Amino acid sequence: MTPPPSAPAKPPRRQDRPLALVNARIVDPASNRDEPGGVLVDNGIIQEIGARVTRASAPENAEILDCRGQVLAPGLIDMRVQLREPGEEHKETIATASLAAAAGGVTSMVCLPNTEPIIDDVAGVEFIARRARETKRAKIYCYGALTQGLEGKDLVEMALLADSGALGFTDGIKATGDVQVMRRALTYARSFDLLVIQHPEDPRLAAGGAMNNGELSTRLGLPGIPAYAEVMMIERDLHLVRGSGARYHAAHISTAAAVEAIRKAKQEGLRVTCDTAPPYFSLNENEIGDYRTFAKLSPPLRGESDRRAIAAGLADGVIDCIASDHAPHDVESKRVPFAQAEAGIVGLETLLPISLEPHHKGAMSLLAALRCLTARPADILGLPQGRLSKGAPADMVLIDLDRPHKIDVAKFRSKSKNSPYDGRPVQGCVLKTFVDGRLVYSLEGER
Amino acid sequence: MIGSSAANAFFPHRHLLGIEALSPAEIERLLDLADSYANLPKDDERARKLLRGRTVINLFFETSTRTSTSFELAAKRLGGDVITMSVGTSSIKKGETLLDTAMTLNAMKPDVMVVRHSESGAVNLLSQKVDGSVINAGDGRHEHPTQALLDALTIRRRLGKLDGLLVAICGDILHSRVARSNIHLLTKMGARVRVIAPLTLLPSNIDRMGVEVFTDMRKGLKDVDIVMMLRLQLERMQGAYVPSTREYFRFYGLDYDKLAAAKPDALIMHPGPMNRGVEIDSEVADDINRSVIREQVEMGVAVRMACLDALTRNLTGNQ
Repeated sequence: MTPPPSAPAKPPRRQDRPLALVNARIVDPASNRDEPGGVLVDNGIIQEIGARVTRASAPENAEILDCRGQVLAPGLIDMRVQLREPGEEHKETIATASLAAAAGGVTSMVCLPNTEPIIDDVAGVEFIARRARETKRAKIYCYGALTQGLEGKDLVEMALLADSGALGFTDGIKATGDVQVMRRALTYARSFDLLVIQHPEDPRLAAGGAMNNGELSTRLGLPGIPAYAEVMMIERDLHLVRGSGARYHAAHISTAAAVEAIRKAKQEGLRVTCDTAPPYFSLNENEIGDYRTFAKLSPPLRGESDRRAIAAGLADGVIDCIASDHAPHDVESKRVPFAQAEAGIVGLETLLPISLEPHHKGAMSLLAALRCLTARPADILGLPQGRLSKGAPADMVLIDLDRPHKIDVAKFRSKSKNSPYDGRPVQGCVLKTFVDGRLVYSLEGER
Repeated sequence: MIGSSAANAFFPHRHLLGIEALSPAEIERLLDLADSYANLPKDDERARKLLRGRTVINLFFETSTRTSTSFELAAKRLGGDVITMSVGTSSIKKGETLLDTAMTLNAMKPDVMVVRHSESGAVNLLSQKVDGSVINAGDGRHEHPTQALLDALTIRRRLGKLDGLLVAICGDILHSRVARSNIHLLTKMGARVRVIAPLTLLPSNIDRMGVEVFTDMRKGLKDVDIVMMLRLQLERMQGAYVPSTREYFRFYGLDYDKLAAAKPDALIMHPGPMNRGVEIDSEVADDINRSVIREQVEMGVAVRMACLDALTRNLTGNQ
């Protein structure tokens, strides 16, 4: 199996001059480095890193950027986004999502195959790769569908798609519900050591459900999805993982029971990883209030005890990654009765500030918080970026860790504005974003 | 108090979307007003002036005969101009159509829109987009406030009070907006509420709404003052929630045998339409000493007159 292409986004542009980022606080979770220093970039590659890189030591022709002690970290890797292109360009395009990503400090993102047409063949993967090359602001990858047409029946050409660049396989926002299909998919994937990603939710228990099942769903008169629909699917899959030895990743886990199931599986030595999304550790079901459709998610926002368990699972490392689960929807998809509204929120531009909340509250070190957004997803996906080390692609983000501001959806670059975080006071913002050493976003240029 | 011009303070809400947001005092005032309408001859001339020049639109996205007729009559008895629109559920599957329809009708400047919709929260959503007042005539499984008010008025006129009564609500609580509105209203007014149903027809954590849960109907009916039966849709009794109609009637249908557990003079209520022989025995339903089902319908008009009156007092000017 050939490794995934290292950078389908863009071949590094020939740079005229080296770039020296000096006087930074370098925070690199991959090497556990959190210290003052600089980074020297040439040809899109990190050439040197550490205290040795200073204004004085930089090559004569280098462009110098004084970071003034701000945090310089690897660019974020968002392992779960929906870009809506091809097929729903009125909601988002690869171009607008890339603008949003750059502003959010996201330098790599992996899109789900639930586009129109569905990414279930080599042509689909190549379409994304081609559009990604045209995009200057972020590296874009995709997952292939796990089953043809996302129908949950017949396997796609997994090995061929992987050769074309698909980083993993998933039926996207649908669970792969048929246990025999999932068993074969995992067994086949094991032959090529491919990653299988599950939307862990029993589809029959979730059918028709609009929110978490409980007192609130009873009061609002909305059909509920029981929280155990998640862990039931994960536990079923874990038997299949044990039997096949495959690599399995549970997406956006949202319940205490799921955290415990994953914890046990890891202790047992199964090749299991998982992520969660910011809403599941920062919001609970009360956000729905008076039928606010921006708080409709899949899986649904849970009760407070589950929210706390997800925050704890992040802090103790059972949850590997934080992904934005970016799901752009136009106004028409959300300004409808709650049960009819589409699920999901835009997340690229709020991923970093919300993910920094546990750090600011003292629950996670900065290294640990950023690891969930950089080194861990890179390792799971087999990407060379997500670290500040010699020879790595110079995908970086400069962060003002403490700057307070309010999230303002009107300023989002994303085409859609469906976010429950509008007006939320947060701390920390992106100052500059670099992809392969190129500046793709600068806060100063914006205001 | 009929025709009283004291605005806002009487009913300080622009819309009537549910019982949950009302205070006991507001409920009391609505019931008092409705009571006065119930005592009025139906051609009372003072009443006919109250909604003169006002436009009421009944907008029913879900079919209904008794509720829409009741609202229509109520508006007419107050002298208002009323039109009733039944928008078939099939043509309204798309949510956009709900707001499109609302905006179109809003442009005709109705003072009150009476809205029923099959989705919980749909009436709240619509109320945020229109200029006049909105009355919820039933949204999904969420609320049906005028039904709860008319039930309360019926009880009050028969027993003189709500406070301290023991009320059993029996049947398909899970899918029932009537049950939710009644639970809110009765508990707010000091009544004790029991719900009786097989667990497949009870929503999660219903006890957190302040009710006692019973799965045994005889135990649940013991010493109650009021037996409120709910309609159970036939398609839900063919294996999905309940194995069969026969089994359901045997354990949860109201007959004289089970009714014997209640107080000897306990009243029987049903929001209609009834499934005779399914949730309620025909004889029980027609028992003139016990059943107040017809009276409920009668009180419906009075309650809706009161709601229309209360809400339009808040509107400025007579157009």
